[in-house]
Amino acid sequence: MSAEELYNVIDRKPEGDEKKDESLNKTLSEALTVKTAITYPENSPEKYASVTADGRAEPPSAFYGAVNPESLGRGRSVLNLELETTSMEVSGLNLFYGEKQALFDISMKIPQQRVTAFIGPSGCGKSTLLRSMNRMNDLVDGCRVDGQIRLTDTSGVQQNIYEKSVNVADLRRRVGMVFQKPNPFPKSIYENVAYGLRIQGINKKRVLDDVVEWALKGAALWNEVKDRLHESALGLSGGQQQRLVIARTIAVEPEVLLLDEPASALDPISTLKIEELINELKSRFTIVIVTHNMQQAARVSDYTAFMYMGRMIEYGDTDRLFTNPRKKQTEDYITGRYG
Amino acid sequence: MPNQSDLLTHHISQQFNHELEELRNNLLSMGGMVEKQVSDAIESLINADSDLAIVVCEKDTDINFMETSIDQECSRILARRQPAASDLRLVLACTKVATDLERIGDEAAKIARFAIKLSEQGEAPKGYIETRHIGSHVRQMTQDALNAFARFDAEQALAVAKEDKAVDREYKSATRELVTYMMEDPRSITRVLNIMWVLRSLERIGDHARNIAEYVIYLVKGKDVRHIGLKRMQEEVFDQQLDD
Repeated sequence: MSAEELYNVIDRKPEGDEKKDESLNKTLSEALTVKTAITYPENSPEKYASVTADGRAEPPSAFYGAVNPESLGRGRSVLNLELETTSMEVSGLNLFYGEKQALFDISMKIPQQRVTAFIGPSGCGKSTLLRSMNRMNDLVDGCRVDGQIRLTDTSGVQQNIYEKSVNVADLRRRVGMVFQKPNPFPKSIYENVAYGLRIQGINKKRVLDDVVEWALKGAALWNEVKDRLHESALGLSGGQQQRLVIARTIAVEPEVLLLDEPASALDPISTLKIEELINELKSRFTIVIVTHNMQQAARVSDYTAFMYMGRMIEYGDTDRLFTNPRKKQTEDYITGRYG
Repeated sequence: MPNQSDLLTHHISQQFNHELEELRNNLLSMGGMVEKQVSDAIESLINADSDLAIVVCEKDTDINFMETSIDQECSRILARRQPAASDLRLVLACTKVATDLERIGDEAAKIARFAIKLSEQGEAPKGYIETRHIGSHVRQMTQDALNAFARFDAEQALAVAKEDKAVDREYKSATRELVTYMMEDPRSITRVLNIMWVLRSLERIGDHARNIAEYVIYLVKGKDVRHIGLKRMQEEVFDQQLDD
């Protein structure tokens, strides 16, 4: 091989040369100069200048100029269950259907104005747990509950919803529920949303008009139905019906919204609309959602609880649970392995 | 902790199992190629074997191709399977490791180009002992990092990360020594400088091996241990967070 050919190979990447000169100078000066390291005395203020009062190390200020750390990861890294205001607190809940025990010693806090998702295989008790949160299980024969579920009201007072003094109708107004299949009443769209208010005895047309509009807008349905409010609700599509049911639920301004598989009977676009809606509603309501679709739980929720065979296996913030679960059972379930 | 041998298998979807296994195998065979490139490059330099050096330069395109095909495979799995937890970490680690392997390949090609240059100048210059020593050291690191990846072994990965410190020290002392040669005999500067670039490349390979080790720890433990120092890295590796 001639020298020329060899040089062609050598010179294939000539563009790095200037860089090389720079780093050469650096290497040389590094090698030839004696470094004088500044050492701060132990516990001097300089040494801890970058640590805030509560002991968290802060990135150097130049860092903020370049990137806003809040904008990274949607600022969600701050999620911490310990720091949340509790909306509902379940403690030591055991639930039996006749002889069979469906829930075993469940204790958890549902944080306020967040979306909490329950995931788990069929029959793990996630729907049962959700239903027990507004005493829907009272309607099941032979259902027995012990333990407490405490609901925090607007003034911060907690009350056990299984106490005798609790009015169940009032509880279900405060803790609304949406089911898997849309179940609009065979009435007009308007009457569907106004129904909850009418049974509370509110019949003033102006009030009803306002609430219906507000609720339909809140459920992202207003634009689609504003011209046909007095047509039958059964003429709406499945996705629209489901949003109508959500509008009916939020019209009575509940504190907590329980969603039992709200999107499983819907097409992907309607599903995305419902998910978008959940995201908007969480600024006003506490939302608890049961879903078979793990990707949905990952998309919409702030916290996720994994249940298996009536037990709460793992409960934590969604980002962590889906990237680095702590329990093997959780890992197996969310990655689709044999449990 | 996920049972290590179960990490890839036992999905309900056999096809998904197969895809993940293939991804991992491709990455490991890319790793094998890169390892060979590094040792060939060093060999060609020390034996002034410009033919071998040219082969190394040419093979670099194969490695570049493997990187892109691994990345394609990863994005395909992400789009079609939406992996979660350890599967997600595996896919992410694979693209990251592929990037670092490709960089190691680049450094090997660079060394090979210097080998051609130096073989032209004849007569073994100073610094070959250091080159051989650091070279075999970083090659071993790369190999260990890939083994750690193959076995999902966070502790071995930690050992590789620790080794990088030793390579940095060796690099520093070798540079010092070469500088004294240059001061003694200014005529040798060009040649010694070339050796210095080779050492620099080797030191970079050590850094990339450390990066790979960090991704292995991320893969196994789910913890990002980049930029936190060896001491905290060790704490994270031995922190038992999983109960069963």
